[in-house]
Amino acid sequence: MTSSNERRNRPALSLHVPEPDARPGEEVDFSGVAIPAAGSVARPDINVAPADIRDLPYTLIRVLDDDGKAVGPWDPRLDADTLRRMLRDMAMVRVYDERMFRAQRQGKTSFYMKSLGEEAVAVAAAHALDRDDMCFPTYRQQGLLIARDYPLTEMMCQVYSNAGDKLKGRQLPIMYSDREKGFFTISGNLGTQYPQAVGWAMGSAIKGDSRIAAAWIGDGATAEGDFHNAVTFAGVYRAPVVLNVVNNQWAISSFSGIAGGELTTFAARAVGYGIPGLRVDGNDPLAVYAATRWAADRARSNLGPTLIELFTYRVEGHSTSDDPSAYRPQGAGAKWPLGDPLMRLKAHLIGLGEWDEERHQQLLDQLGEEVKAAQKESEKLGTLGGEAAQSVESMFDDVFAELPWHLQEQREQALAEAEAKRK
Amino acid sequence: MAIELKMPALSPTMEEGTLAKWLVKEGDEVKSGDILAEIETDKATMEFEAVDEGTIAKILVAEGTDGVKVGTVIAMIAGEGEDASSVQAPAAKAPVEQPSDQKTEVGSEAEQAKPQLETGATQLTAPASRQAADPDVPEGTEMVRTTVREALRDAMAEEMRADDRVFVMGEEVAQYQGAYKVTQGLLDEFGDRRVIDTPITEYGFAGIGSGAAMGGLKPIVEFMTFNFAMQAIDHIINSAAKTNYMSGGQMRCPIVFRGPNGAAARVGAQHSQNFGPWYASVPGLIVIAPYTAADAKGLLKAAIRSEDPVVFLENELMYGQSFDVPKVDDYVLPIGKARIAREGKDVTLVSYSIGVGVALDAAEKLSAEGIEAEVVDLRTLRPLDTETVLKSLAKTNRMVVVEEGWPVCSIASEIMAVAMEQGFDDLDAPVLRVTNEDVPLPYAANLEKAALIKVDDVVAAAKKVTYR
Repeated sequence: MTSSNERRNRPALSLHVPEPDARPGEEVDFSGVAIPAAGSVARPDINVAPADIRDLPYTLIRVLDDDGKAVGPWDPRLDADTLRRMLRDMAMVRVYDERMFRAQRQGKTSFYMKSLGEEAVAVAAAHALDRDDMCFPTYRQQGLLIARDYPLTEMMCQVYSNAGDKLKGRQLPIMYSDREKGFFTISGNLGTQYPQAVGWAMGSAIKGDSRIAAAWIGDGATAEGDFHNAVTFAGVYRAPVVLNVVNNQWAISSFSGIAGGELTTFAARAVGYGIPGLRVDGNDPLAVYAATRWAADRARSNLGPTLIELFTYRVEGHSTSDDPSAYRPQGAGAKWPLGDPLMRLKAHLIGLGEWDEERHQQLLDQLGEEVKAAQKESEKLGTLGGEAAQSVESMFDDVFAELPWHLQEQREQALAEAEAKRK
Repeated sequence: MAIELKMPALSPTMEEGTLAKWLVKEGDEVKSGDILAEIETDKATMEFEAVDEGTIAKILVAEGTDGVKVGTVIAMIAGEGEDASSVQAPAAKAPVEQPSDQKTEVGSEAEQAKPQLETGATQLTAPASRQAADPDVPEGTEMVRTTVREALRDAMAEEMRADDRVFVMGEEVAQYQGAYKVTQGLLDEFGDRRVIDTPITEYGFAGIGSGAAMGGLKPIVEFMTFNFAMQAIDHIINSAAKTNYMSGGQMRCPIVFRGPNGAAARVGAQHSQNFGPWYASVPGLIVIAPYTAADAKGLLKAAIRSEDPVVFLENELMYGQSFDVPKVDDYVLPIGKARIAREGKDVTLVSYSIGVGVALDAAEKLSAEGIEAEVVDLRTLRPLDTETVLKSLAKTNRMVVVEEGWPVCSIASEIMAVAMEQGFDDLDAPVLRVTNEDVPLPYAANLEKAALIKVDDVVAAAKKVTYR
């Protein structure tokens, strides 16, 4: 035992509390963000030993350079139609988000979350995966549904919780769920989708199936045990899964430093688990596509999981309930040095001679009309303040596979009460 | 058709806000996406955007007006081809215009406007003014109108001033002042040594907090909601609650786990559950679930001082509700004492947390029909004040338990067992329980309403046990 006398000359212990570079009223400064040149990172073969690519988590895979040219070994060499489709899907996410955000401000729904500036994360991944691969998203990957042609009206009806809501009025707005499109029910409790994705992938392997799984988690939620449990299992059993960390640098008001982002990269978590980790410019749709494809090919070839950090920036608030001006400088997103994913892909297509300003404007107009029409259509089935859309009877369904006797009783009681009230 | 612009609900729990600034004036053309006004709530300032195109025909609520209820018509937009000058304000609910230098409440007509966000939560909280005098507070004590949110903050601040070992940790508690603004001002006063934003891992910071408590500090761990504490429940139950016992009394764990519990407004199944019965079943834990602001303050101070781990269950819907709080230097209440929230002789309504308000409303209705209900607010769920419950039962001989939570293995079940075992001779009727439906809480407003406890159900149950 040390006596208190001996301790006297030792320094008092203290802790470090991470602070972001700038708070409201200060000038945001991204000059410290290291951005390697596009095309400068080597692309290893998919059967590379994870131990041989331990440098990849500390750099940044980029394909589109400042002039919008696709350069380097990670260039996925996509045809113009695919590029245009990706552009269309990202633009659609943006137009849809805008519309629904405003609908919330008008009281048509209680809640909404946009993905402005992060559209490439979901859209490019959706194009790199097979259509029947299973996705375990968080709440900012609506681009997966849009890229997989899920009808806008279905999405809106869910957001409005109206008579057309496939989830029967049971779930928060934007927490979509569609088995057919391989889109797992979004959970309001963070991180749970990560081990579930690994479990699904392991199940796929146990069954001898060929489908793989992909999961997304935010930088903040990597602090959760679920993240670490999932990566442990995925590594140990070489689960066929693509594990994405969307590092948009803000978890509501907590900047990524609170989740350990000051100390190392999120991709570098992979090193400790002995699996490949890729750090990717999340605002570069081609880089996201290429990295996802590389990871998916590994998974399909029984080479195991890959952890991909998508380095991006949450341009807007966390949700309609958040006001970021309380904790970070206003307009910080506009200064993000990796730019806007939509504009970058547009510039690339124009550079290829496959797109022009006029067609871009036409596209935006057309998407605007599509979204407007879908909104009109879905609002016919009701919005937040409107008529009750779900029958009280339906409340007791799906608690169990079959309605048990006690819920049957409760349902009859509830209906009798509703009937009595009507009289 | 002119379009009514209504005060928007910027978050699911927003009931009213300040119309801080108009960015348009009458006669302005607006198109979809234009910012019309800035609106402030206790949480944030938000821009209010136009969805439709048209001309601002009338501005009905002046900038600078406080307390504008959600759903109040604040302006009218004339649609395409419509003469803006001919647009009439909706007659029935036109609110009184207030000049910006007079920060007064909006007139009563506006208050009648239906809130835009429909939710079963309104049946739990309206009317907000119910309060019963606390028999323990001497008559003549000065009272200060305080929200539950402020009372909780005051309790923490007072205990932090008094004891340097007390600190707060959790998600968003420092810079953001708490996801529900309960820790407002604490970072400024106590600094980042004692008000700590944590990584997003309830399991992590519940364990860290338990360790710090065992190391001699007095942590207050805030869960953004108790739904997220499901992750942390291993530390709460297997570590915090049992370490003192397992270490032969050597390792105490004086920690407070606090945060909102129970249903909130329109947040769906994963975010709307009452864990009171879960924690109350665990030896080694103290479980508190207050209703009034005074109880929130007095009991949170007691919880922080406790040498045992405390699960302190708040309610998001109650945060904004105001009650009288005695203005005394050190308002600490005893843990484990129920409170008679209303005296009566015909039937006892036992409840806790937000259910107390529903029970009080039911008691008012019953009183109009000649049934005088006594309302017992349990305040502490473990240890349970069975003495007060049984005493009330001996007086009224009839009992209904009102619980915003599921029926099975509930606090209601426990109260009924106590009544059966220890109050059997006093019972003139079986004890009944009024609880939520036995389903995960749905999101849709009508289903949410149908699933949650209702005043009328309590009235019906009380009549049943009094055979009326």
